[in-house]
Amino acid sequence: MPNKRYSRREFLRTLSAATVAGLSIPVLSSCSKEQREDFLQKHFLEFSDEEKRNLIARLEERYLQKHKKKFTVSTQEALPNTLWGYGLDLSRCIGCRRCVYACVEENNCSRENPQSQWIRVIQLKKGSLINLEESEHYYNPPLVPEKEFLYMPVQCQHCENPPCVKVCPVHATWKEPDGLVVVDYNWCIGCRYCIAACPYRGRLFNWADPNVPPDKWNTSVHYLGNRPRMRNVVDKCTFCIQRVRMGRYPACVEACPTGTRKFGNLLDPESEIRYIIDRKRTFRLKEDLNTEPKFYYFFEA
Amino acid sequence: MGKLVNTAKETWRFYRKTLALVFTGSKEYYLWCILLLCIMLIGFLSYLKQAQVGLITTNMRDQVAWGLYIANFTYLVGVAAAAVLLVIPAYIYHFGPIKEIVVLGELFAASSITMALLFVFADLGRLDRFWHMFPGIGSMNFPDSLLAWDVLFLNGYLVLNLIIPIYLLVKMYYGKEPNKKFIVPLILMSIPWAVGIHTVTAFLYNGLPARPFWNASILAPRFLASAFCSGPAIIIIIFQIIREYTFVKIEDRALFKVAELMAYAMFLNLFLLLAELFKELYSNTVHIASVRYLYEGLHGNYALVPWIWVGLILNLVAFAIFLFPGTRQRLSTLNLGCVSIIAGVWIEKGPGFVIPGFVPDVLGEIYEYIPNLRELLISFGIWATGFLMFTLLMKVAIPIASGEFSHSKYETEKPAPKTK
Repeated sequence: MPNKRYSRREFLRTLSAATVAGLSIPVLSSCSKEQREDFLQKHFLEFSDEEKRNLIARLEERYLQKHKKKFTVSTQEALPNTLWGYGLDLSRCIGCRRCVYACVEENNCSRENPQSQWIRVIQLKKGSLINLEESEHYYNPPLVPEKEFLYMPVQCQHCENPPCVKVCPVHATWKEPDGLVVVDYNWCIGCRYCIAACPYRGRLFNWADPNVPPDKWNTSVHYLGNRPRMRNVVDKCTFCIQRVRMGRYPACVEACPTGTRKFGNLLDPESEIRYIIDRKRTFRLKEDLNTEPKFYYFFEA
Repeated sequence: MGKLVNTAKETWRFYRKTLALVFTGSKEYYLWCILLLCIMLIGFLSYLKQAQVGLITTNMRDQVAWGLYIANFTYLVGVAAAAVLLVIPAYIYHFGPIKEIVVLGELFAASSITMALLFVFADLGRLDRFWHMFPGIGSMNFPDSLLAWDVLFLNGYLVLNLIIPIYLLVKMYYGKEPNKKFIVPLILMSIPWAVGIHTVTAFLYNGLPARPFWNASILAPRFLASAFCSGPAIIIIIFQIIREYTFVKIEDRALFKVAELMAYAMFLNLFLLLAELFKELYSNTVHIASVRYLYEGLHGNYALVPWIWVGLILNLVAFAIFLFPGTRQRLSTLNLGCVSIIAGVWIEKGPGFVIPGFVPDVLGEIYEYIPNLRELLISFGIWATGFLMFTLLMKVAIPIASGEFSHSKYETEKPAPKTK
């Protein structure tokens, strides 16, 4: 959003907020303070630094009241000269889904009814890698890997050309300077057009209020990442924005027992991801759609 | 001062008379309205529950993110578009009473668009944040998002279809001739706009390469062709109800001419379907999966198969009825054809179009979606709202158009009107 229109927009907003508030006094006065604050909250990218601090203080207080735990909500911005990229070694993945569960725990995803998984591992018959129509999502043998199958974990591919961002009617999702595609959960209107547009099933909907056991909350959260979500909004993998912007690996990378998952800065020639792109034969999922994913699949020679 | 009092008196008289028109009617009229109000109430209560708990109370899930609501939305946008396009033959063939037909068509379009928008509201997770889309105070993603286009086009169309009939009715109420320089451009504008809303709605799906089933250039023409079938089918039935219950004389000739145009539209619709099926079946790529799922079932999942075949047969039957002058010019078979088209096209471009776009999903998973009771109740509630809106609009508009209800200055003693 261009900055020069800021003041006019601000004026219009104040004017209409006043009108809306005036018209809806009977409705709003029956709402809680929390609902009122949420209703009038503006787009995250329009917050000044001070407003961000107030917002965070308010959220931490609210989470303390609601979940009886001290949360740390970060708004850490993108690091300079960073473009995050992911590598996944298909010859190593054994389909154990440890990444899936590590992700659910790290990112405060709903645990049941339904469990919301940002990573999906699909089982494919050997000899047919690209035909996803033949994939099995709910494979459940006593022991993985099974001989005749290979396993392909899929999550948000953090496209350079993200279709989800293009179709969102309200700019509730966007690409950060470090390439991460994020959602402002307080701005999303829940139309699910982005889910229809995503070729990778990278986006999930909170069909109900997320269901997390009280002692299972991860209290180290990012505003654009794993903070507790509300019902009827979209969320997605952020490559663990709360971790990677603090110099840590995403939870899925740490959880993988076979070293399948690699992560690093695409702009750093010395990074592991650049080594992989240089030395291995990599490909990206559904490259024909021109989405330019920053998620590289490869095979060990 | 005296003038002011007069205006106030006249306004009061208008409201009083309008209320009287709306609240008096035959036994059938009362029964119809009470029935609709009951369905609306049940639908509204179901919606409150959905708003309270979340969309988890529907059968939609991440695999099939849109369901019955968006299916109905798509269908109704087509109906709304076609209602206005009826204005063209009314002028070309000089159907009697043109003014009434224009007013009726536009008010019908307004009611359909209202229903379409209500379906979007029902589907929207965060209705409380709808203002995020308003230009100026919110942050509308225009022109990138086709949904933003759709919101602008649909609301513009709604406004247009309220301004035109209200203007005409006000003029009729005052017994004056409408200012042609003002209203004819608006009426002419509503025609390409009607094509526009349906094209934009088609592009909304068309522009998603992630969903090969929708990513077909034939989509917008198909949408328009099927809309030219379903919209007039509903209107033919409404015309007959109106001439049965009011003084408005609509000749059989007009109905039969519309039916003839529908035969061409249905031919085009079936032809475009054939073109699409040929491309899918003959090239037989992996992207055929959705078509397979729809017409023959996929890996043991058949939820839509009986529906789509019934829809196809209804469309073929209707085509035969409308093709032969003998059957389309007899009211009994004509009405059978209309009902077949209304149902057939609803299946084809409602659930038969929206759901297969999601099955199998982008990673090949099959989730069978069938709407649950809550979605059905909410949908029926919205349909009832549209019907009631149209009924009440007609209840006031027809007496104005036929001159029974006008400004006191022009009021003449007439026999007690035969009312709906």
